[in-house]
Amino acid sequence: MTPPRPIRLTVNGVSYEAAVEPRTTLVDFLRQELGLTGTHVGCEQGACGACTILLNGQAVRSCLMLAVQADGAEVMTVEGLSRDGQLHPLQQAFMEEHGLQCGFCTPGFLMSAYELLRQHPQPTDDEIKEALGGNLCRCTGYMAILKSVRLAATKLSAAHDPGAGGTKT
Amino acid sequence: MKPPRFEYAAPTTVAEAVSLLQQHESEAKILAGGQSLMPLLNMRLTRPGLLIDLGRVAELRYLRETDGGLAIGAMTTKRTVEDSAMVKSRQPLLHAATLLIGHAQIRNRGTVGGSLAHADPAAEYPALAVAVDAQLRVVGPKGERTIAAAEFYVSYLTTAQEPTEILTEVRFPALANDTGWSCAEVARRHGDFAMTGAVVTVQLGSDGRCAQSRIVLFGGGPTPLRAQAAEQVVIGQTPSEQLWAQAGQRVSEVIEEPLSDVHASAEYRRYLAQVLTRRALAEAAARARGAA
Repeated sequence: MTPPRPIRLTVNGVSYEAAVEPRTTLVDFLRQELGLTGTHVGCEQGACGACTILLNGQAVRSCLMLAVQADGAEVMTVEGLSRDGQLHPLQQAFMEEHGLQCGFCTPGFLMSAYELLRQHPQPTDDEIKEALGGNLCRCTGYMAILKSVRLAATKLSAAHDPGAGGTKT
Repeated sequence: MKPPRFEYAAPTTVAEAVSLLQQHESEAKILAGGQSLMPLLNMRLTRPGLLIDLGRVAELRYLRETDGGLAIGAMTTKRTVEDSAMVKSRQPLLHAATLLIGHAQIRNRGTVGGSLAHADPAAEYPALAVAVDAQLRVVGPKGERTIAAAEFYVSYLTTAQEPTEILTEVRFPALANDTGWSCAEVARRHGDFAMTGAVVTVQLGSDGRCAQSRIVLFGGGPTPLRAQAAEQVVIGQTPSEQLWAQAGQRVSEVIEEPLSDVHASAEYRRYLAQVLTRRALAEAAARARGAA
């Protein structure tokens, strides 16, 4: 058995120390060691986007990262979007526009959209489609997701603070 | 679908990485951005004894201008290249090719060196490197050497690097004046692996004829394919829709054995190569006229 390696990282603003086998993927570490099961495992190949999280502010596939690579990093998962029991405007928008059905792809879409809206607070439809093109949904047919992100952009600019309502990374 | 067991090392310098590679040669695999290697590990298609993670080798992350060209450290992410205003204005072909790679989330981790060294037949960067005569710098136990892109790609997922060598840098020369470019591919969905793609440059002379042209295909065979026969059709001739169609036709004649798989048949890849060559030449020539 390969000796576990120590890692320290911050997830949703909380510091964690753990010892992990090198082969443990970041998504499995988040789900199984930290109990943060909001991030989902879909394809384990990087194609579906269900495992998307923010690493040091960038949306990445946590199934294609090893936990040991996140040593010293700041991670944000879907659990970090809401604050004090209040949904983030993105989550609120998805609810209002029915941007989810089974919800399996949703955390990945939320994190990808979060990165998009931080970089492009008023995205065009083409920019939304480009940014979310790497996330697959089998239920909705995508139109409601597009509407949800448009609504979220409106909500966030109304709040005048793109990071409002969630843990900042 | 979980990775098999492996030892893991995270060196902080190139020298340390090379030393590890030399000690564990047959068992070791380099981890760069992980966007190609991790799927292989997750599916257990590769079982290295030791993974050497270059993620902490800070000296490999850079993007700088040199003599009108560009030097890029191997661990520079594609996202860095994509977001660089310098790349967009000085190396628009590199910028355009980068946007075709996967999705933003992949580009946030995937590296320039990783793509070049992994040598996937459907990858954009290897074909681009061949099209612009990029220089690839590798470092091994015996020291450093530079390999021209034309000699770098040997076969399917195989480069001219020795097993103990690490790719550290790629240099992209700037395109000559009056040179137009195009990078185009066809994939089933936006962001999927290309079934076939083409990287094309056209330089127009003062007489309006094609002074130079480079036509490189990807996805059509085990390595990037430079279609010199098609280049010869174009060079010295006056640009026209017919000329591009003739070049496209020639490309489909010289592709030897396009891959036939679940994504596309050999016949379809051959057909795509013809169409993409024709379109890319037209686009490159239009850009050259704009640049003139």
